[in-house]
Amino acid sequence: MQLTVWTYEGPPHVGAMRVATGMEGLHYVLHAPQGDTYADLLFTMIERRKKRPPVTYTTFQARDLGSDTAEIFKTACHDAVERFDPQAIIVGASCTAELIQDDPGGLAKTLGLDVPVIALELPSYQKKENWGAAETFFQLVRGLAGGRTPRPKPEGAPKSANILGPTALGFRHRDDIVEIRRILDALGVEVNVIAPMGATPLDLTRLPDADFNISLYPEVSGPAAQWLKRTFGQPIVATTPYGVGATKAFVREIADLVGTDPEPVIEAADERLSWYSRSIDSNYLTGKRVFIFGDATHAMAAARVASEELGYKVCGLGTYSREFARDVRAAAKQYDVEALITDDHLEVEDAIVAAAPELVLGTQMERHCAKKLRIPCAVISSPVHVQDFPARYSPVMGFEGANVLFDTFVHPLMMGLEEHLLGMFREDFEFNDDAQASHLAALHGHTTYETIKTPEAQTAPDDNTQDVVAIGSEAASFGSLSWTDDAEKELKKIPFFVRGKAKRNTERFATETGVNPITIETLYDAKAHFAR
Amino acid sequence: MNRHVPPHVAAAERREAEGASLGCNDVVPIKQRGQHEVFCGLTSIIWLHRKVQDAFFLIVGSRTCAHLMQSAAGVMIFSEPRFGTAIIDDRDLSGMADMNEELDKVVERLIARRPDIRMLVLVGSCPSEVIKLDLPRAAMKLNARMAPDVRVISYSGSGIETTFTQGEDNFLQAVVADTPKAAADAPAQLVIAGCLADVIEDQFTRLFAAMGIDNVHFLPARRADGVPPIGPNTAVLMAQPYLTETAKMLAKKGATVLTAPFPLGEEGTTRWLKTAADHFGVSADRFEEVTGPGRARARKGVSLYLDRLAGRRVFFFPDSQMEPSLARFLSREAGADIIEVGTPFLNKAHMAPDLALLPSTVRLAEGQDVDKQIDRCRADDPDLIICGMGLGNPFEAEGRTTKWSIEFAFTPIQGFDQAGDLAELFARPLGRRDVLAVEV
Repeated sequence: MQLTVWTYEGPPHVGAMRVATGMEGLHYVLHAPQGDTYADLLFTMIERRKKRPPVTYTTFQARDLGSDTAEIFKTACHDAVERFDPQAIIVGASCTAELIQDDPGGLAKTLGLDVPVIALELPSYQKKENWGAAETFFQLVRGLAGGRTPRPKPEGAPKSANILGPTALGFRHRDDIVEIRRILDALGVEVNVIAPMGATPLDLTRLPDADFNISLYPEVSGPAAQWLKRTFGQPIVATTPYGVGATKAFVREIADLVGTDPEPVIEAADERLSWYSRSIDSNYLTGKRVFIFGDATHAMAAARVASEELGYKVCGLGTYSREFARDVRAAAKQYDVEALITDDHLEVEDAIVAAAPELVLGTQMERHCAKKLRIPCAVISSPVHVQDFPARYSPVMGFEGANVLFDTFVHPLMMGLEEHLLGMFREDFEFNDDAQASHLAALHGHTTYETIKTPEAQTAPDDNTQDVVAIGSEAASFGSLSWTDDAEKELKKIPFFVRGKAKRNTERFATETGVNPITIETLYDAKAHFAR
Repeated sequence: MNRHVPPHVAAAERREAEGASLGCNDVVPIKQRGQHEVFCGLTSIIWLHRKVQDAFFLIVGSRTCAHLMQSAAGVMIFSEPRFGTAIIDDRDLSGMADMNEELDKVVERLIARRPDIRMLVLVGSCPSEVIKLDLPRAAMKLNARMAPDVRVISYSGSGIETTFTQGEDNFLQAVVADTPKAAADAPAQLVIAGCLADVIEDQFTRLFAAMGIDNVHFLPARRADGVPPIGPNTAVLMAQPYLTETAKMLAKKGATVLTAPFPLGEEGTTRWLKTAADHFGVSADRFEEVTGPGRARARKGVSLYLDRLAGRRVFFFPDSQMEPSLARFLSREAGADIIEVGTPFLNKAHMAPDLALLPSTVRLAEGQDVDKQIDRCRADDPDLIICGMGLGNPFEAEGRTTKWSIEFAFTPIQGFDQAGDLAELFARPLGRRDVLAVEV
């Protein structure tokens, strides 16, 4: 039993819903109690979908438990097929229905429905949302493409690819696939099927026709892509085209597979990240400490971009995707940090406080946490909220994706010159660190640095909570050390976004060198000691 | 100011005057069994955990329960919510771990982290009910160890037993059950049952005080120890329509449960207050004097939206059990034409005063088969659909106008000074449609 307040992932049947809702012509009959229909609003509210998810819930109640919940399932299943006329259905149980062991798969088969029925076994008490999405997609692919023979291609026909992984409620999936398709077009590669997003069950039967698969979001597409490789010998393009370098590698990998020249495509790319990052105004980004947390694919890719393409220092890297823990640990080693593998957001918060980053790239959870700690933040991964479905075109993959990433990773920070001025004139009465940075909303009245009143500028209208919290990094103070009044005043002249770090470094230095109380001298000795 | 009286309201009023009809009371509700597009009772924790400021609601459930709480909350209220989920995992289910011991451990950690908590509420869920985890017993054992510092109670908010606001009903029932019985000679008191916004509690407290009713308590109270002993000295006025079990428990303790239309709009609030005033022997003149200004303000507030609402055809999907009262307000005070009133559960006794004021042409529906209800709604083609968040955008995408029902549970709408706000909630989507020059 684990105490949880917020979760990074929902239960596995929500993963199945993401697959079903992304597809067309598929219906999901879910044996579930009243109340589990809450999951609909993830799609209709957060993603603003115009249609209800294609899910029929049996919504059994306590009084049904004594009689026949199996009969309720059969009726719901039969009615759903009649009403929605799907090409195929998936059937399964949510956590509660799993306990009553009605066997939805077996029941559905007794109905003699004239559509394929794919039964899902999603163990709710062990697994989570992304696993559920991957398993559902795998079962669909195996069930519908299994036993098919690839259609023979005429000599000289263009090569074709499947793009696997995008689902409903996915982080920027909608725009990423446009960008990937653009790259394939440029390389002269045809798109055979994009799945689950936009695909019908019939489309899934055509998956074997492609020459290779792009496993764009391995959290969802990994098992299906592996199965297609084993069964039909389709190679997998596993590079995640996130950032300039990885997108070029992605283009080259595909060009190599289909035997074409990648360089004209790379040269023609309308990519600005490289120049923006090389331009002198980006100098101040050098060594900015960034803490990164998200699903494994996005977290690892973001770390690479932050480090190699923006010159940040990765001071923390982690994921809630336990299935990919090994990959993330290996990635973290490159940045000399210990990977954080957890689904406990409080643990992530502690790690952020300890790492004292200048920027957090995370999920909606980290956005809230960073807001409390007054650290600039951008969202790079699910779990998502409404603002992660921007009205504008906003991919994170491909060349345009790299442009978006530059803006996303840089704009939350104070601008370089502004940071310098703050450093030089710390006691200007209206331009100091108690005032918000100019790109954030002005706070009304004077706010002391220990307590903050949000919301900040990026705050969505849904987010009108008023957090008043002590800055964690300030609170994390060493035991019995004391500061002289002068030293304490001097400390306050350091801009707030590095003050926590300065304080802790000084206290660590004082402890190690046996100095107490801390004087102005100690402060600057420590600064010299820890100079980066 | 002239009240807009549409013909069907006039007809209902005539019948009522003649004593000939019970309004909507003799309408047989549609009852269909199918998919219920409603929240489970856990969802009411979203307001309860803010209302009772020293209580912590610990759901004993699954990852689904935790996910529901953060999704339904819409916002993740990160300032340490006073609720959490003890997630049952396969170790608990396979018997590898003793679930009661596991729960003890979770509670210990929780109380260590939140020493300010005075009431711990164990909340049963679908999985905990299905595996028959005995939470009342667990609460009793924990109570023996932790009282009086922390009082531990339990109730079920499971979806197999409760819909949305019924979670609050079960919680209040448990609170009342755990409240001492008042002495036989205890002074008379009025208990207002059902969660209200703090500002509305204060308004009602002032009105009752002006009538000379000073001994007024609210259930739930803002603090765990704020509920007074309950006995024959207690008159209960329900502020919310979903308190079936709570009312039974209050009656069992000897309290007198008054029934009135619920305090929505000028008429509802007046009749509601009058019911209490009559019980406490407040004179008619005094009542008029105290309520007069509020009634005038309420009428004025609502009048601003009449041109948007009068004559509009409105369809209610089931959500909070407040639907019949909301419909009565819209029909009587805003002149709207009510087509269907869906409600998850219809307590005919508690609802009788409201139903009596609804025209007998209204279609009632209890429970739900959401697909069939959507079919009916499309066929009716109403001007405004009151529905949950799962249905709102799909309806809007069809070009229809909707209002999320959950806002009625999350917005202060009761009492005279909120009557205008209530009308505005209904009028806003209609007004927005008029303002926007974009099409879907």
